[in-house]
Amino acid sequence: MSAQIETFYELIRRQGITRRSFVKFCSLTAASLGLGPTGAASVAQALETKPRVPVIWMHGLECTCCTESFIRSAHPLAKDVVLSMISLDYNDTIMAAAGHQAEAILQETRQKYKGQYILAVEGNPPLNEDGMFCIDGGRPFVERLTEMASDAMAVVAWGTCASWGCVQAAKPNPTHAVPIDKVIRNKPIVKVPGCPPIAEVMTGVITFVTMFGRLPDLDRQGRPKMFYSQRIHDKCYRRPHFDAGQFVEEWDDDGARKGFCLYKMGCKGPTTYNACSTTRWNGGVSFPIQSGHGCIGCSEDGFWDKGSFYDRLTGINAFGVERNADQIGLAAVGVVGAGIAVHAGITAVRQLTTKPRDNIKTISSDPTNPNAG
Amino acid sequence: MQEVTKLQGAIDSQGERAVSRQTVYVYETAVRLWHWINALAITVLCISGYLIGSPPPSVPGEASAYYLMGYIRFAHFSAGYVLAIGFLFRLYWAFVGNRYSKQIFVPPVWNKLWRWGLVYELKWYLFLVKDPKKYIGHNPLGHAAMSSFVVVLIFMICSGFALYSQGAGNDSWQFALFGWVFSIWPNAQDVHTWHHLGMWSIVIFAIIHVYAAIREDILSRQSTISSIVSGERVFRDDFRN
Ligand code: HEM
Ligand code: HEM
Ligand code: SF4
Ligand code: SF4
Repeated sequence: MSAQIETFYELIRRQGITRRSFVKFCSLTAASLGLGPTGAASVAQALETKPRVPVIWMHGLECTCCTESFIRSAHPLAKDVVLSMISLDYNDTIMAAAGHQAEAILQETRQKYKGQYILAVEGNPPLNEDGMFCIDGGRPFVERLTEMASDAMAVVAWGTCASWGCVQAAKPNPTHAVPIDKVIRNKPIVKVPGCPPIAEVMTGVITFVTMFGRLPDLDRQGRPKMFYSQRIHDKCYRRPHFDAGQFVEEWDDDGARKGFCLYKMGCKGPTTYNACSTTRWNGGVSFPIQSGHGCIGCSEDGFWDKGSFYDRLTGINAFGVERNADQIGLAAVGVVGAGIAVHAGITAVRQLTTKPRDNIKTISSDPTNPNAG
Repeated sequence: MQEVTKLQGAIDSQGERAVSRQTVYVYETAVRLWHWINALAITVLCISGYLIGSPPPSVPGEASAYYLMGYIRFAHFSAGYVLAIGFLFRLYWAFVGNRYSKQIFVPPVWNKLWRWGLVYELKWYLFLVKDPKKYIGHNPLGHAAMSSFVVVLIFMICSGFALYSQGAGNDSWQFALFGWVFSIWPNAQDVHTWHHLGMWSIVIFAIIHVYAAIREDILSRQSTISSIVSGERVFRDDFRN
């Protein structure tokens, strides 16, 4: 690998992709990134002139669903080009190199492209027992992660694991798995949550970063605004049924057959920021709600610890029993109501059994008094 | 401190004495108006809020023929705006209104007499003392309850508008003003849950509040329900003083 990196355009032409396909790819990318009418030209320009940004893709505690999603990106160019661009450098799941050879790439990239490469992280580091629950290349993953991050230009947190912790961080979190921003504090991080994130969202983000050499605009929670500024619910095609009040009440009922809203079946679309209802999955074929199952909120923080996926009201685990807000509220109202009944009873008994106090004149019973009442 | 109970006339919750007289104008028109508008808005918010959490049975037929959830949510959001604007107005009134209009916003926990009154009032509710004290504004226990209610109200407004901003969009003023709520609870599911629990705490407040108001009105030495209607506090045993 030489320090003089070829451009994206040179690379794809070398791979036999036509100029026409390249221009199509540029327009598509510009559109999916929401770059506006002149976007295609700036994408093309960036890809033709700027040297490729090296990408290192590391894996911590994870299930590899992010990589699986990524390699299924719909647009063939996005897949071939972006993927080859990355595997050239480092992704231990899909690259050709192995063992010491692969390890050498990491150090080489770190030295040669100090402050210039992108670190993409899939999965997260467990911290308990000095990180021994995830050993990668003979060392705790957390050490290698912070080492590679220290010389990176920016960090991409792939998926809910790297962004929020995901199921390996579920209570009681025995390995103390933490999202990567808990251990990488001095680098800009873009979070691309989802379990896994949508392929087009992943390629969109990585294309943006490698193309423009900076992170896209991020929201309050560090997610790229272009893909995470609306909820599933905002663009869901079943939304008219929600507004009308037409719900699936039970699996396989008439409403389910008619494609009514899955709100009562615990759909988390109203609280989930992701692009599923617009981009959809597997090349736009479908997405969970379209195939009749509610959103489980897989791109949201803590989605794994919020009770059943099939409950509308979130389960609250208090004193070892799981109840929802209405059950807790009604129980409290019951207790208070009973308390008041008892209190009123005692009050009445005491009123009846004690003599009227002579220092208190009950004036309301005096019709001649103008201030009565 | 015991002799405070033997004082003639009324004291306010911080020990300020009033001349002995039978009626005092306590709740100004603005405060009473706010009270009832607020109570109405909260009633609408609780009913519509409950239905947002657990919607009514599904309606049959074409979606285009109905807007049931739409109307429920519309009622909730309109009442939410009424509540929030009313609260801002009430806050403003605390600055321009009489001394009792400030009470619910400042529980004088640093005041010894007030704390003593709090315990005394608690004893009265636990049937441990024979007579309640007389207060011109809120009695210390009521005062503490009202101030806690104000805190819950602020929470409901902040969490409510934060949830609203999710529909209004990340570039809305609601998000600019209340988006910080999502820095505390990154997953809006938690905001829904807390907002929902907030409703139950208000329902409980209202139940106790109405019970106490009616009970005090019957038992104690001062008017309560007519006070929040007419504004005047009547002290019923002061006619001979
Ligand atoms: C006393 C005041 C309030 C009460 C008792 C109340 C009650 C509720 C309840 C029970 C819910 C359902 C929560 C769930 O999903 O489980 C809800 C949702 C909501 N409330 Fe409130 N609320 C109050 C004030 C407000 C205010 C001031 C606003 C601001 C406009 C507001 C906006 C919302 C929004 C946007 C939702 C979510 C609606 C949806 O998901 O479709 N609320 N409220
Ligand atoms: C039938 C319903 C209600 C009745 C009869 C009622 C009665 C009263 C009375 C008598 C007072 C004056 C307390 C005193 O004398 O110290 C009062 C004050 C107050 N009530 Fe209610 N109330 C009702 C509903 C509500 C509801 C639903 C709420 C809100 C959840 C509420 C919130 C308040 C507040 C915040 C004050 C303090 C007013 C101030 O000082 O600005 N009330 N109410
Ligand atoms: S199915 Fe889910 S996301 Fe779609 S409208 Fe219903 S609640 Fe919203
Ligand atoms: S619909 Fe919801 S649960 Fe399903 S993939 Fe999208 S964000 Fe995740």
